[in-house]
Amino acid sequence: MQQEVVLAMLAKEPSAGSRLRARLNDALGPLGDAVNDGQIYVTLSRLEKAGFIARQGTEAPEAGRKVYGLTAAGQERVAEWLSEVTWPKPDLAEFHLKLVAAAQAGLADPIGIVDAQRRELLRRLWEVQRAAMAEPEDSSAGLLLEGIVLRLQADLRWLEACERAWMDRRKK
Amino acid sequence: MTETGSGAPIVRAKGLRKEYGSGEGLVRAVDEVDLDVAPGEALAIMGPSGCGKSTLLHLLGGLDRPSAGELWLGGRQIDKLSERGLAQFRRDDVGIVFQAFHLMDELTAQENVELPALLAGRSPRQARRRARELLDQVGLSDRAGHLPSALSGGQRQRVAIARSLANDPQIVLADEPTGNLDSTSTLEVLRLFESLRTAGLTVVVVTHDERIAATTNRMISMRDGSFVDEMRLTGGIKGSLAGHAGLGE
Repeated sequence: MQQEVVLAMLAKEPSAGSRLRARLNDALGPLGDAVNDGQIYVTLSRLEKAGFIARQGTEAPEAGRKVYGLTAAGQERVAEWLSEVTWPKPDLAEFHLKLVAAAQAGLADPIGIVDAQRRELLRRLWEVQRAAMAEPEDSSAGLLLEGIVLRLQADLRWLEACERAWMDRRKK
Repeated sequence: MTETGSGAPIVRAKGLRKEYGSGEGLVRAVDEVDLDVAPGEALAIMGPSGCGKSTLLHLLGGLDRPSAGELWLGGRQIDKLSERGLAQFRRDDVGIVFQAFHLMDELTAQENVELPALLAGRSPRQARRRARELLDQVGLSDRAGHLPSALSGGQRQRVAIARSLANDPQIVLADEPTGNLDSTSTLEVLRLFESLRTAGLTVVVVTHDERIAATTNRMISMRDGSFVDEMRLTGGIKGSLAGHAGLGE
């Protein structure tokens, strides 16, 4: 996970790691488990070293509970990060070339490769959609799960196109 | 193998075929399909438009007759029924849910759900009571007096699902039930299908929408009139959900 995420989650108010943990769990729902406590604390100490956050004395310092807040540099970094336009790039070329290579060398049937891939994507979609259905109606994690499902559906549409095209080539 | 796999199947199709046209123009919309559906099973048949899945559903629901093959439902052979027998079968033994809802616009939600029971000869009071129960089951008790035009797409489909259950069918058949719905309404309908499955109803859905397949435990892929792949999914979540979101390592 990006360290900017931890930094931005701290922007609401100075907080201890446990508070951040709770906020992440709210936003991620069943995906929250993937972010372990260790990651959060390691990121906090990195952010502190980089001068983006600093310890604050606003909360009672219970056993080992450090409260962090954003520094001016941290505020600036968050603003910058929010305005950055980034988006994960799907790597479809590898799969495409797998089909081409398999067909050219006669090593495997491209349709069989597409079938196997479809089964895997359907299995993922099944799992994520079931998780989405289990979320309460006002869950913000539900929206994340919906996004994952829609992307999987887009991939499945593309596999359909691959299947059709390779089916046609086989007939020729 | 599945927990619902015991007992005689509710649906059994053998060599089921549906052809249109003739000679050069002959199209086999459904081509030698064999299918068993166990009681309590929820099954999704998936494929691109034109693969024959809707035609197959129409055969299963007695809306259309097969060109060849045999079809049993609840131990009764459907392909041999007379027109009258088939009409009775459609009314009493199957509940059908369509993409476009097919509700009567001039009737309230309650009246729409009562209709199949009235047509089956139940008393108005019985029909009313059953409709109330069903609207409650689909979470629309407070909309009973509304006309379809006053309901959202998801609510209309939930009324249509309630209606499909009015005569306690042996099986519910659904044709693209989420096809006309936005994402909020889709989720409502998915949750309802999930509750039907957990209530032990036998459900067959044909769809292009893989999301609805998540409410079933068996998925069949159909191409050019035939089944080409099948997978069964049960139990909990085994993979890493977070990995799909780009979280984790």
